[in-house]
Amino acid sequence: MPGPDKETDLTERVEAFLSDLKRGGSGAGPLRGSAETARETTALLRKITAQARWSSAGDLMEIIRKEGRRMTAAQPSETTVGNMIRRVLKIIREEYARSRGSSEEADQQESLHKLLTSGGLCEENFRQHFAPLKANVIEAINELLTELEGTTDNISMQALEHIHSNEVIMTIGRSRTVEAFLRDAARKRKFHVIVAECAPFCQGHEMATNLSKAGIETTVIADAAIFAVMSRVNKVIIGTQTVLANGGLRAVNGTHTLALAAKHHSTPLIVCAPMFKLSPQFPNEEDTFHKFVSPHEVLPFTEGEILSKVNVHCPVFDYVPPELITLFISNIGGHAPSYIYRLMSELYHPEDHEL
Amino acid sequence: MADSGVTDGYEKKGDIERAKSEGKELTKEEKQRLRKEKKQQKKSKEKKDDKVIQESGKETRGDSSAASPPQPSSQSTAQKAPSAVPPPVSVPAPEAPTPADKPAKSKAELKAERRARQEAERASKQSKKGDPGPQGAVSKSKAATNELQPVVKRLPEHIQVDNPDVLKKLAKKLERQQIPLRLDYGYKVSLFSHLHQYSRKAPLTQQLSIPSTVIHPAIVRLGLQYSQGIVAGSNARSVALLHAFKQVIRDYTTPPNEELSRDLVNRLKPYISFLNQCRPLSASMGNAIKYVKKEISNIPSQCKEEEAKHKLLKCIECYIKDKIILAATAIAESSIEKISDGDVILIYGCSSLVNHILCEALEKNRKFRVIVVDSRPRLEGREALRRLVQRGISCTYVLISAVSYILPEVSKVFLGAHALLANGYVMSRVGTSQIALVAKAFNVPVLVCCETYKFCERVQTDSFVSNELDDPDDLIVTRNGHTQLENWQQEPSLGLLNLVYDVTPPDFVDLVITELGMIPCTSVPVVLRVKNVDQ
Repeated sequence: MPGPDKETDLTERVEAFLSDLKRGGSGAGPLRGSAETARETTALLRKITAQARWSSAGDLMEIIRKEGRRMTAAQPSETTVGNMIRRVLKIIREEYARSRGSSEEADQQESLHKLLTSGGLCEENFRQHFAPLKANVIEAINELLTELEGTTDNISMQALEHIHSNEVIMTIGRSRTVEAFLRDAARKRKFHVIVAECAPFCQGHEMATNLSKAGIETTVIADAAIFAVMSRVNKVIIGTQTVLANGGLRAVNGTHTLALAAKHHSTPLIVCAPMFKLSPQFPNEEDTFHKFVSPHEVLPFTEGEILSKVNVHCPVFDYVPPELITLFISNIGGHAPSYIYRLMSELYHPEDHEL
Repeated sequence: MADSGVTDGYEKKGDIERAKSEGKELTKEEKQRLRKEKKQQKKSKEKKDDKVIQESGKETRGDSSAASPPQPSSQSTAQKAPSAVPPPVSVPAPEAPTPADKPAKSKAELKAERRARQEAERASKQSKKGDPGPQGAVSKSKAATNELQPVVKRLPEHIQVDNPDVLKKLAKKLERQQIPLRLDYGYKVSLFSHLHQYSRKAPLTQQLSIPSTVIHPAIVRLGLQYSQGIVAGSNARSVALLHAFKQVIRDYTTPPNEELSRDLVNRLKPYISFLNQCRPLSASMGNAIKYVKKEISNIPSQCKEEEAKHKLLKCIECYIKDKIILAATAIAESSIEKISDGDVILIYGCSSLVNHILCEALEKNRKFRVIVVDSRPRLEGREALRRLVQRGISCTYVLISAVSYILPEVSKVFLGAHALLANGYVMSRVGTSQIALVAKAFNVPVLVCCETYKFCERVQTDSFVSNELDDPDDLIVTRNGHTQLENWQQEPSLGLLNLVYDVTPPDFVDLVITELGMIPCTSVPVVLRVKNVDQ
């Protein structure tokens, strides 16, 4: 029978993805970029939608939520997985609403007036069965996938609006988005880039070699020299791992120092972040915010005599408050940090914030 | 000028011949006038030569060619001015004893007066004109010393690497002192093209012949220790320098017909150039050298050699004891008042003074724990960590990129300094200003500990104009068997920057603890003034 085979095939795919997530997130930085993770997650969700057994939208949402919880538990720091799941859930709600005939705006507006007068949304239990729902949802997920493919290009296209000639730009660590952004600008303009190697993983070295191969004048500095050279920098352009719900960032360690130095010298701080990095998390969740890796990177085992008597920390992420950020550049354009909450309400449904 | 000199000479000659014909001896004044006239003619000829040289090529005018004409010309101006006075005074004198020759005398007198006036005018014109270079400098410097202090000092050589004239002068000086010139290495970032950048793999001592007769072996050893980073840290470098000087003084013998006070200072000059080539001198070393040179030149000339050497050795020992060791004890006493039980103290890198303070605080039974922050590529914090752990202080260790993660736990930040500048800025290891910045953002007090012998009269506002560039290859790291920056020299647009120092603005620093007390950063010039008055 085709059913059970498809099911086992599906569960195999999901298990493979989970183990990949668990392995990929340990230690030496993400082995795969966030864009790839987002694409794989969305493809997997499309497969689940196509092959799993469900009769109504509510069933589908339950299945996706269950799988989603497992995926986020496998690698909590990889927030793009959770973001994609919430996007797909929102798509399902929209498609359901469209099939039912009610307008989309009515669902989205959650003004206090509506909450009081409508008497709650209890009747919305997604139990009705619509035949074309499956096809619509899969089509919408395909659109999402094409959007994901074009994010880096959309961001790089805006490069020339922000970089003029003879500038000195500073960046930290390695971000594929920022690399593409700077390479696109370098085709038409001449400027200088300073890269802060990001100890202990020193991903800045790879970024610098890639940029210099594209013909950009690059300098590598140690993390300790960030404030010393900041007075000669015109702009700071960085990437990030996650954009939080309050407009802050969860970025690679050392970014908070960079942001403070930029603020002190009144240098604009520009964050290149595609929309799939936007997460409804807030930074107050201390136990899930920080991620630590083996302290061997910081104090190697060769220092054996003192290792046992010393506490060594090696955090991977830093929190950057929204007051230090000047501009977000995403695939749908540029925004101020104060606008992030609005984008959040367009992308995700508030009931999906907690999977 | 030349014409007037000729006519003047003609007049003088006429007068002198007349005097001769009258059977009188040439008076002193007339002899002086003859001499003057000859000198004038010589000088006008030399001036013409000078002008020709200037027009042909300015660069070829070295020190030697400029040195000779100023000497006689300055002497002649000096002579002319006073000598312009005696003739009008002495001329009326001969008039009195010989009234019989009145008409001839009066003519001669008139002529002498005219000549005297002309000479006086010429002298004043020359001093006003200011002859090219040296004479002008002589009069200008006379004017300048009347003011408070010479305003513009000579720029040090090590921050003018982009000026080819300065490099040529340095090369000539080193050749004269028989010290090899160290070459720059690698691609220099354009913002720092005015600084030297040396490679650790090419120490200066490789170019020296063995045995070196010019440089004392203790100094050669010290230079190698500096350039390889074996002796690092401003206190350690100063103490090592003073010990090496003590050795030099012990082995020194005054050559015949020389004075110890002058010859020893000249002997030390090539050693200092050599050490400067190995690694640029620090502010504390500069102050120590100034002190030693002053003590040497203050040795009275009738002092016997043995006595003088003994005195110098004692002076150096006193300096080390007072300015470094006792100062550290005094600073530790003041700082311990600032450490309370339950404190979490953050330190950066390896400062001998801060380590001393923490060990003393432990002995006084204060309960605290320490967070050591370290940075690539020097990783000096590991040394501090070892010393503190051996004493039994509980420590945490992080890299500088994690400082905003760890700072919410910290109650105080203790920093060491390389030098304190006269405008209140703190010059210290690169990364110090960053830690002060983040501490300020989290409202954590920042205390800087510094002895007064590190106070410096320089002023600086950013970390670019005067800094030290270390070997750029230090930034290369091998991870997982892969060295990303291995071939950085082949990439034409890639540069590595390894800064050694940076300056911290005074608004990030809350307190400076010195042996004179606890002062704010802005009181540094006051301390410097008090020290100068004392000396």
